Amino acid sequence: MVLNNAVVRNPVPDAATTREQDLIARVQRGQNELFYELVKPYERRVYAAAFAILRNETDAEDVAQEAVLKAFANIRQFRAEARFSTWLIQITVNEALMRRRRERTVVMEGIDDRRDEESDYAPRDFADWREIPSEALERKEVRQKLAEALASLDRKYREVFVLRDMEQLNIQETADALGISVASVKTRLLRARLMLRDLLAAGWEQGWFSRLPFEKGNKPW
Amino acid sequence: MVNNEAVNCERVWHEISNYLEGDGDPTLRAAMDEHFRTCQRCSSVLEGTRNVIRLYGDERMMEAPSGFGRRLERRIAQNVRVTRGRWSVWSTWLVPVAALVLIAGGLRVANSLTAGPELKSEHAQPGQGIPPDMMVVVTSDAKVFHVAGCDFIHNKQTERTLTAKEAIREGYVPCLRCMREYLHTAATGHSTLGAEADAHIDTEEGTAHGGGE
Repeated sequence: MVLNNAVVRNPVPDAATTREQDLIARVQRGQNELFYELVKPYERRVYAAAFAILRNETDAEDVAQEAVLKAFANIRQFRAEARFSTWLIQITVNEALMRRRRERTVVMEGIDDRRDEESDYAPRDFADWREIPSEALERKEVRQKLAEALASLDRKYREVFVLRDMEQLNIQETADALGISVASVKTRLLRARLMLRDLLAAGWEQGWFSRLPFEKGNKPW
Repeated sequence: MVNNEAVNCERVWHEISNYLEGDGDPTLRAAMDEHFRTCQRCSSVLEGTRNVIRLYGDERMMEAPSGFGRRLERRIAQNVRVTRGRWSVWSTWLVPVAALVLIAGGLRVANSLTAGPELKSEHAQPGQGIPPDMMVVVTSDAKVFHVAGCDFIHNKQTERTLTAKEAIREGYVPCLRCMREYLHTAATGHSTLGAEADAHIDTEEGTAHGGGE
């Protein structure tokens, strides 16, 4: 999937994978006390997945914990052909969606959400930017601004973006987790990415990244 | 097949997400590569979108509330304890209980094959080899049956005669003295036990009949 011009995602190192497989096998054999060690690398991802759907810290934490316990209860059903992180995130998404349905949370959809998602989204900013260094994320206010930009997306775009680009599920896994078609995932993902790009471009104008060492007159991509 | 000249900016924007996924027709991708080399606007869109994916895909963007990991660890530990506790309870109780049930069941089956009705005294012994049609004597409120004329028959005014089989069916047991030859303990020679039992039966019958006759 990752080609020359594709975004390179961080692969899990082999040693870590081996270690994870060993932990899974031991927990499956009954060494339950090792389960937290197994989920610890993914605990923030679990929370983020729940929060992306529920948009409420208390609910997200509750659902995240429930999802982890559900994974614990069903660990013997986990098969090695799947990634453990994917399995865990899918359980979390499912739990969060069930919670949302159960509580009949009324989510006010924005104008964009009512528009035909098949319609093209045209980028608005074409300034000559260069890459934002990842060091920018060391600054809490930068992370906060990025989180706010993400939160401003309509739910259906935000959920797809979080699962694909943050949780690293693939397109099919994202579709399965949300119960939508692959085509819908692709369409929503395109719009989410382009909208976020424009929001960050606007953020640049507002000085989000003003303390970063960029060349004068250039935006960071 | 995609004609390079057909790839305009709108088409590139439409396909840019798939392009970044590494998906799509190779011919289209080649056409887009060519387009990016010559179109600064689309190149900006490409780099900006790539930047979005890279930044949001960074682990540092995954923030959880303070103490979330600690609370999660505690919750898992509680769950592990409960699970272990459940198994411990099962393993501590289930196995012995199952064994007892099996033993009790086995005894019940054995009794159903060999034993008669419930005995009237916990100290009574059912006897062995008693001829079923042997005529014996029982009295009201007593627990044993006797050979007629036995010196240990109490409450003689209530005496009645019946077969040993009927007496046993009614829950009577053989007298330790006059029916001694049929008693298992007597046969095995435990005279001390027999003597103790004698004394006990005397006491029981004496109690039941106001000190005996």
